[in-house]
Amino acid sequence: MRIAGSRRDVAIWGVRRQWVPVLSTLAASLLDTLPVVVTTPLVPDFAFLVLLSWRLLRAEMWPAYVALPLGLFNDLVAGHPLGQSMALWTIVFLACDLLDSRSGWRDYWIDWLVASLAILFYTAGGWRIARAMGSQMEFEVLLPQLLLSIFSYPLVARLVVALDRWRLSR
Amino acid sequence: MAPPSTRRPGYSRRAQYGLFLGYVIAVGGIMFAALMLVVAMIDPTGFSALKGAALDVTHPVTAGGRGAVRFVENIGGGVSNYFMAASENAELKRRIAAERRMIVEARAIDMENGRLKAMLKLTQESEAPVAIARIVGSSFDAPRRLATLSAGSASGIRNGQPVRSADGLVGRVIETGRWASRILLVSDGASNVPVKLVRDGTPAIAAGHGDGTIDLKTLELGKNPFRRGDILVTSGTGGVFPPNVPVAVVTAVNGDRTVAKPLADPAALDFAIVLNVFQPAANLPLSERTAKSLEGAGQ
Repeated sequence: MRIAGSRRDVAIWGVRRQWVPVLSTLAASLLDTLPVVVTTPLVPDFAFLVLLSWRLLRAEMWPAYVALPLGLFNDLVAGHPLGQSMALWTIVFLACDLLDSRSGWRDYWIDWLVASLAILFYTAGGWRIARAMGSQMEFEVLLPQLLLSIFSYPLVARLVVALDRWRLSR
Repeated sequence: MAPPSTRRPGYSRRAQYGLFLGYVIAVGGIMFAALMLVVAMIDPTGFSALKGAALDVTHPVTAGGRGAVRFVENIGGGVSNYFMAASENAELKRRIAAERRMIVEARAIDMENGRLKAMLKLTQESEAPVAIARIVGSSFDAPRRLATLSAGSASGIRNGQPVRSADGLVGRVIETGRWASRILLVSDGASNVPVKLVRDGTPAIAAGHGDGTIDLKTLELGKNPFRRGDILVTSGTGGVFPPNVPVAVVTAVNGDRTVAKPLADPAALDFAIVLNVFQPAANLPLSERTAKSLEGAGQ
């Protein structure tokens, strides 16, 4: 094992450390362009799950405003009304910051609870905005998707942890 | 796990200001995003250039992979067909016999129809399609039910045009890029299609429910006129959708609530046909004279 790398290695590690979280979130947004046609809302919004996993894993990595450009990208790719993910994601980030400054410690279960609340807020927010845009949909329709999202959070979190390990390895 | 301590910037003024500035940017960004949402609510076509461009950029990925996905879907269908073959065969034979009789009746009605139309000298506007394109993807994690079409304004597609397939109505165009466009499916919560019952012509509104089904709302109060298996076609009211395009089949009737399933399943569709708005005049603002006379009537 090497302790220090050449200057070029260090530069590559730096880029990787900085960009893996951003690029993994963008890639999760791009899952929306998969050529799958579905008529029932079932599949979780993986972009939000990946973003939330990064935020809960590495609280110090991102300032809250990083969610703005990432949200804009997600809105554009997924065809949400512009501003939806921007606003909801940034609000979630601010709430996480507030939580971090108040709470003493966190463990796996509390992380999951926080993530569940954030997913609930995000789903309800998206539903509320869709209603304001003229959709007559009832919230019950989104319940299966909500449950699936909450239960896929641990899986996504594991994936993000593996990515994080690779990101910081040398 | 101990909380990360790096959130507190310590005694450095510069670091404290940096953190504070970060929050100012975040809150400002939220307000800006909320403003964009309000603009989108007031004018749904706003930002259409930006959204259209994004649609164009992501479209090749979607279009390229669709073939592979269909291949996998077909394998799944093939396996289940193999196991169901015997019962399906019997069912199909029965259905063919029933439908042969219906075809004869339909031919007779068709001839009579042609004769009557000739008598009335009724001229039907030709339903020349604007474009024929592939449905390549859909929003699968959003509360909206949207699908992506592999043709855009370069093929003459405009916002508001109805989209159908051979099976029935698919929806209408709500966003157009240069080479791709987005369709609001009939099952979306914001979709309202004026329909009528084929059996007796009862008018109704087919409102999307958001989970792939459609709610039927009658225009008159009273007994629910729908039965399981009823077919609904567009009525042509409102001037957007051409009349007599099949829309949905009733799957369940529970008291006042009637649930129907769209006849055109976007997941199984290969091609969709984009049509012209049926009566473009219906979408135009009222002429000045009409508006004035209406004002007079209101007072």
